[in-house]
Amino acid sequence: MNGIHDMGGMQDMGPIEYAKNETVFHERWEGRIYAMSYAVQGTGKLRLGLRPPMETIPPGEYLRMSYYERWITSVTERLLASDLITASELKSGRPDPGSVKATFALSPADAVAAQFKIPATRRDVPVAARFQPGENVRARNINPVTHTRLPRYARGKSGRVERDHGVFVFSDTSVYAKGENPQHLYSVRFAARELWGDAAASQDAVYIDMFDDYLEHV
Amino acid sequence: MSTTRRDFLTAAVAAAGTTVAPNHAHGQDHDHQDVPSDVALRVKSLESLLVEKGLVDPAALDALIDTYEHKVGPRNGSRVVARAWIDPAYKERLLANGTAAIAELGYSGNQGADIRVVENTATVHNLVVCTLCSCYPWPVLGLPPVWYKSAPYRSRAVIDPRGVLREFGTEVPAHVEVRVWDSTAEQRYVVLPERPVGTEQLDEDALAALVTRDSMIGVAKIMHQQKERPA
Repeated sequence: MNGIHDMGGMQDMGPIEYAKNETVFHERWEGRIYAMSYAVQGTGKLRLGLRPPMETIPPGEYLRMSYYERWITSVTERLLASDLITASELKSGRPDPGSVKATFALSPADAVAAQFKIPATRRDVPVAARFQPGENVRARNINPVTHTRLPRYARGKSGRVERDHGVFVFSDTSVYAKGENPQHLYSVRFAARELWGDAAASQDAVYIDMFDDYLEHV
Repeated sequence: MSTTRRDFLTAAVAAAGTTVAPNHAHGQDHDHQDVPSDVALRVKSLESLLVEKGLVDPAALDALIDTYEHKVGPRNGSRVVARAWIDPAYKERLLANGTAAIAELGYSGNQGADIRVVENTATVHNLVVCTLCSCYPWPVLGLPPVWYKSAPYRSRAVIDPRGVLREFGTEVPAHVEVRVWDSTAEQRYVVLPERPVGTEQLDEDALAALVTRDSMIGVAKIMHQQKERPA
């Protein structure tokens, strides 16, 4: 989606505000919502990825919200979309009358262990690579209204495949539990001038990780 | 961006009577931006609902928070960098397969399935960003700081990396190539900073103590003779 989250190349966002000696979580609730997200995700019962609900927050709200406020929206939407809670439960803060208590909450040890397992998005399946390192390619000009990892600023731009990372689950469909569509993922080098014009330094570049479906031959 | 433009936006926001990004427009610290007062209550209410429904164990939340507050952080990355500085064979493995070489030191896990280490040299300066959200190599750097996830950094790192670096006090000479790594999918990036001159006598622990989080994101260089710098 061409949402506010896809902000690479925007220029009106103000100075970078740097905090020295920042704590990991700034308030208690930040840690709680963060941990809730991973504790529930670790059960494998969620059918919606972390980011789609954040990306559909209206732009004004998105910019106003702190980072972990967006997580509250995300966790809530994911629980609802996965039928783990109902809208009335969310409103009342109590389980609906007659709802069955789940039995799959992760123990402290399992919740932490899940963080140290390598999440398997790499797939060891034979999928042909349409592009080779060293090859010139162009990022497709596509504008899906759903989740994508192809940033707007790269669309229609030409670059060179720098590396083939191997085969990975395709985020654009997997975040909606609509299939893994495993495909090659490449690092593509885009010259800064190709992206931003002649004012950019001639030797500078941006490297973007691109799924096979995002690229076309030039 | 010029101050004038900022002021114009501030005025425009005020004139429109909108509540959109008021703190943002006034340039206040993101850490302390106005969060609706009910946020903490909403989170508490959600937690008690999930606990009652048997979906989460509150002790598991405590354990997860403890892990990222105390066990995973940039100290891990510092050990990796220091090892690479003193052990050329390790450095070679690190640049060839970051994930495996980092695991040699015992660091792995969520947001670190595929870590690539990119090396700063006399001719190349690397900078890491996630323009779409907040991808970051947790096993070596922990959770990202607010500025890394903020709109100003995410938006400008790709279009004006030299300007962004300047904001961090890092001047990259014109002849040096700046490479920005936009972590859009599956790969996570860590910068291997240049070893500062004058550190030949330091052992691995002392070297690790010099390595900063910011240098591993690529926004800063590592300073050695810090005692001689003005406070």
